[in-house]
Amino acid sequence: MNIAVCVKQIPDPAVPGELNPETSALKREGKLILDDSDSYGVEMALQLVTAAGGGEVTLVSMAPNNETSGLRTALAMGAAKAVLVSDDTLAGSDALSTAKILAKSVERVGDIDLVLTATESTDGYTGTIPAQIAEALGWPSLTFAKSVAIADGKVKIQRQTEAGFDDVEAPLPAVVSVTAGVVEPRYPSFKGIMEAKKKPVDEVTAGDLGFNPDQVGWAGSHQEIVEVRAAPAREAGEKIEDDGESHARIVTFLEGLKII
Amino acid sequence: MSIEKVWVYAESEGDKPATSTLELLTKAREIATTVECVYVGDNADALAGALGEYGASKVHAVSPGDALPGVIGAAALVELVAAESPDLILFAQTYDARDAVARLSVRLDRTVLTNGGELRLDGDRVIVGTAIFGGNTIVDTAFTGEKPYLAMIRPKSFAAESASGSAAPVATVATPDAGRAGEAKVLERHVEEREGPKLEEAAIVVSGGRGIGSAEAYGPLVDELAKLLQGASGASRAIVDAGWVPYSKQVGQTGKTVKPKLYIALGISGATQHLVGMKGSDVILAINKDGEAPIFSVADLGIVGDVHKVVPKLIEAIQAHG
Repeated sequence: MNIAVCVKQIPDPAVPGELNPETSALKREGKLILDDSDSYGVEMALQLVTAAGGGEVTLVSMAPNNETSGLRTALAMGAAKAVLVSDDTLAGSDALSTAKILAKSVERVGDIDLVLTATESTDGYTGTIPAQIAEALGWPSLTFAKSVAIADGKVKIQRQTEAGFDDVEAPLPAVVSVTAGVVEPRYPSFKGIMEAKKKPVDEVTAGDLGFNPDQVGWAGSHQEIVEVRAAPAREAGEKIEDDGESHARIVTFLEGLKII
Repeated sequence: MSIEKVWVYAESEGDKPATSTLELLTKAREIATTVECVYVGDNADALAGALGEYGASKVHAVSPGDALPGVIGAAALVELVAAESPDLILFAQTYDARDAVARLSVRLDRTVLTNGGELRLDGDRVIVGTAIFGGNTIVDTAFTGEKPYLAMIRPKSFAAESASGSAAPVATVATPDAGRAGEAKVLERHVEEREGPKLEEAAIVVSGGRGIGSAEAYGPLVDELAKLLQGASGASRAIVDAGWVPYSKQVGQTGKTVKPKLYIALGISGATQHLVGMKGSDVILAINKDGEAPIFSVADLGIVGDVHKVVPKLIEAIQAHG
């Protein structure tokens, strides 16, 4: 069982984001970290490979400046190797271009049975990339998995729906997106962190994957940011310290709203 | 100012159109000369009355069989687009519509503008406004390149208003061959019993965050208060990531947008990720131990205190209130 996990390396979400004043794109120049959302896919992949009794987990990522710090975190968890797509022509790529790049990267790894992704990234959160990768590969996709099981050449998931969940299955190879919280991502061990430093990262450009500069980045994204403006602000209201009786103030507040 | 033909990717809740579909129809008829729906499901006839009432002049309907509906929707749209050349197709940011628009974008080689909260025309340009940085900033993005344009809009972005239209005729489309993608099959559907209203449609939402301390506290604090106020319970991303509650409860940027009359945040610090999903609420009440928490910057009433002390007393007081 060979599994590719798409992982994104993002600016620390705890630090307020900034836009590049020239391009209005999110600034991604500084140190990047592994998107927390992706740690569930990495953990799920490691568990599925163990359950299958063999195979390996390969990471697939696209990032500026040949950034690998987030990849090292996932390698330290136990992934065997990574493909990193990085070059300046990729800046400004939309989700569609990104998905095409990731799909080509999966093909470059070769012999992959299953691709795992998060449902959406923390910073861009378009939420379209999992099914776009699947369509680019010509594979089935099972999205929003709450659980994942593999047997007899098929992958079966519980898929989150508006009403509850569906049991959904597809023959391998396939793409599965997993929701957060469904497994508990392991913490990298010290040994894992040391080993991760030596694990292979295949660094490639968009050109290596067969893309021309006009197919990716700003040129390939078919959209233009026309304005960035402030949203109407919301004012803070009354703030009180609980003195053991603040519930009474809330009751008055709810009465005022005619809720009770 | 208008564009010619806008399609709405319709979805249903039982035998009614989803509220998000009616919201998109309302916006579509504001900007387009012709509004039509594309619907994947076997009960299009049951929906045609309401879809017409909200402005659709036609419903293109396709049966998914036992395949994942979004996959069939994308394959059917490829053929319909080639035959009928819509200018813009609107999708709600939902589980099934995301599958459909994602696959369609690859097949047509078109970008998708996602997470839209606003939609407008500027001359012949179609512009989608998206909230970023916790909803403090709006980015307006215009489509360039070939039509049809593909836009995905977050539910609750527009009000749904009837146009008093008559029932829309249903045009049945043959189920397309989706190739290997169509091999994803739905084996069984499970409907989870829900007490009270849906999260996105509730007039009152009570959400819990890391400050409730444990998965076990969610029931007696968050669910209990929500039930008492006939509201719905939600969650911050932190406790979804921790596995305390399922993803379907998540309010925020990577979860659902809610705009209730009253939003109650229990033990939620108010990261930008969360604020973008709830700051459109009419009134916000927050209880949090940390007086510096950003949630207080948007709260109409903020209680600096321990949810474990305040909420049980509050529940008791409301029960006594009668």
